[in-house]
Amino acid sequence: MIEIKDLHKSYKMGSNVLHVLKGINFKVEEGELVAIMGSSGSGKSTLLNILGMLDGADSGEYTLDGVPIKNLSETKAAQYRNKFLGFIFQSFNLINYKSALENVALPLYYQKVPRKERQEKAMKYLERVGLKPWADHLPSELSGGQKQRVAIARAMAAEPKVLLADEPTGALDSTTSYEVMDLIQKINDDGNTILVVTHEEDIAHMCKRIVHLKDGVIVEDKKVEQVRAEQYV
Amino acid sequence: MFNKDRWREIIEVLTTNVWRTIFTAFGVCWGIFILIVLLAAGKGLENGIKQDFGNIATNTMFMWTRATTKGYEGLPMGRRFEFKINDVQALRDNVPDLRFISPRNQLGGFGGNNNVVRGIRTGAYNVYGDYPEIINQDPMAVTAGRFLNYNDINEKRKVAIIGQGVKNDLYDKDEDALGTYIKIQGVNFMVIGTYKKNSSGGGEEGQKEIFVPFTSFSQAFNRGEDVGWMAITANDGSSISQLKDKIVDVMKKRHKVHPEDTRAVGYFDLYEQYNRVESLFGALKGVAYIVGIMVLLSGIIGVSNIMLIVVKERTKEIGIRRALGEQPWSIKKQILMESIFLTLISGMVGIILGSLVIFGINSLLDSIGPVDMFMSPSVSVGVVTGALTILMVSGLLAGFIPAQSAIRVRPIEALRTE
Repeated sequence: MIEIKDLHKSYKMGSNVLHVLKGINFKVEEGELVAIMGSSGSGKSTLLNILGMLDGADSGEYTLDGVPIKNLSETKAAQYRNKFLGFIFQSFNLINYKSALENVALPLYYQKVPRKERQEKAMKYLERVGLKPWADHLPSELSGGQKQRVAIARAMAAEPKVLLADEPTGALDSTTSYEVMDLIQKINDDGNTILVVTHEEDIAHMCKRIVHLKDGVIVEDKKVEQVRAEQYV
Repeated sequence: MFNKDRWREIIEVLTTNVWRTIFTAFGVCWGIFILIVLLAAGKGLENGIKQDFGNIATNTMFMWTRATTKGYEGLPMGRRFEFKINDVQALRDNVPDLRFISPRNQLGGFGGNNNVVRGIRTGAYNVYGDYPEIINQDPMAVTAGRFLNYNDINEKRKVAIIGQGVKNDLYDKDEDALGTYIKIQGVNFMVIGTYKKNSSGGGEEGQKEIFVPFTSFSQAFNRGEDVGWMAITANDGSSISQLKDKIVDVMKKRHKVHPEDTRAVGYFDLYEQYNRVESLFGALKGVAYIVGIMVLLSGIIGVSNIMLIVVKERTKEIGIRRALGEQPWSIKKQILMESIFLTLISGMVGIILGSLVIFGINSLLDSIGPVDMFMSPSVSVGVVTGALTILMVSGLLAGFIPAQSAIRVRPIEALRTE
């Protein structure tokens, strides 16, 4: 599903050049649930941004579902993001003047799905994350866990190939974190490919594979026995 | 483009910070208000001045004789001559495109002695010997009786049409003037009509005139064939300014005046004067537009500023939306539409306020009666449409830079902003 070869990325900080990614080789098959771990500054967020086409690589190859991702115009990148990827952020990033339902429907709006169909589909995904009764609530009226569930529903609404989660539990307490992870696991059970960036061990172990990043290179890539979050909920 | 979601979003964005939106809108509103009011005031002044011209046919010249300044064909310089009644026919034959040629004779004038008597009352008035056509060149409303006609001319009837001012002087308030006699320089004339001129500039003077048939006048006051002066109006298609040289030439030829004598035939070209006033109002309108648009411009810069701030505030939101796959063009369109919407709405409020003020002034003018040099200020539909177009374009311009800066934000940077 995802294939990257010899990926390099550096940032210019004034006169210094910060070499963040120093040649990453990495492959994700369909239906995998991968945790990307590393301390801050290890380059995990940068990797995720490049995977999410929010940022471009300096050199190296990136293929997503057989499509080479290189030198995209903003318009094309927006189109691919909409079609291939779903984002889940640490700070939820819901649009605060739109109701939960509208937030979920947003990616569909960009796909120019007719209003009625959009609403129905969005409602379906809200139901799936268990928030149907909260459909008309604004993000400010929801708890952190609920917000993240809305964000997950939104990420899935466009039926992307890959879900990218950047510290999805970073802003949540542990009980809520497990609830969210439980949801992510269930989505994965349905066959969706999911990448989770985290620095929490327990969260990482709820995935099926852990990739360790350190100073811009992959130091460890191992399959793990998945811990089901269900038991903690 | 005009779907429900976009509109909802525009409304939501503009209502999140209501006071800021209102203050921004005020700039544009004020600009367009000034523009409308200035244009209306200009129009009011124009109407007022044009009213002073009265309904006088503006395509008109007046012509009279003076002493010659050059000798010609054995005649000396300094010779006085008079137009004759058959000059009128000569003009008709030689100059096409003339609509009315009215020969006129006159008694009295500014500061004249009392020349009209009725019983024990007397007054000094301008008395004109005229043809019936004069009512088309110097319009007046006949309030009682009738105006002159050709039977009066042919039969040299001693009849008179008197102004409202004359009637007020010579008659009691409820007295009926028709059928009574007034004595003009010792000759009795029967009053057959009264008139009122609606030219406000003519004022008192315009209402104190007496019109009698040209032929009766000539006979009664010993003018023979002489014509004091002429009022000549051209056809609507042609301008009197272009015809006047030809008219003057015909007169010079008939009265043996040297062709290069520019002083012998005097004239006043009303059309030229009128055109001068017209171009003055053109300039005034131009100034109104410039001032209005300048004020509007500062309002538009205000909108542009606010839109930049809105974009800045929504950097994160824009980042999220781009991460979710919104096209850059769509974001740009959103910002542009917000800007146009804001300018248009506030502009419309400005137009409405301006119209209300104009309406207020109009009803005030109506209630206090006519004011000198100012009358029914108004703006045309064309001006309003023009203003709306200006608003559309300026909204677009105001939104352009903010929209550009909105899509320049890379989603990754936008999401990093906390």
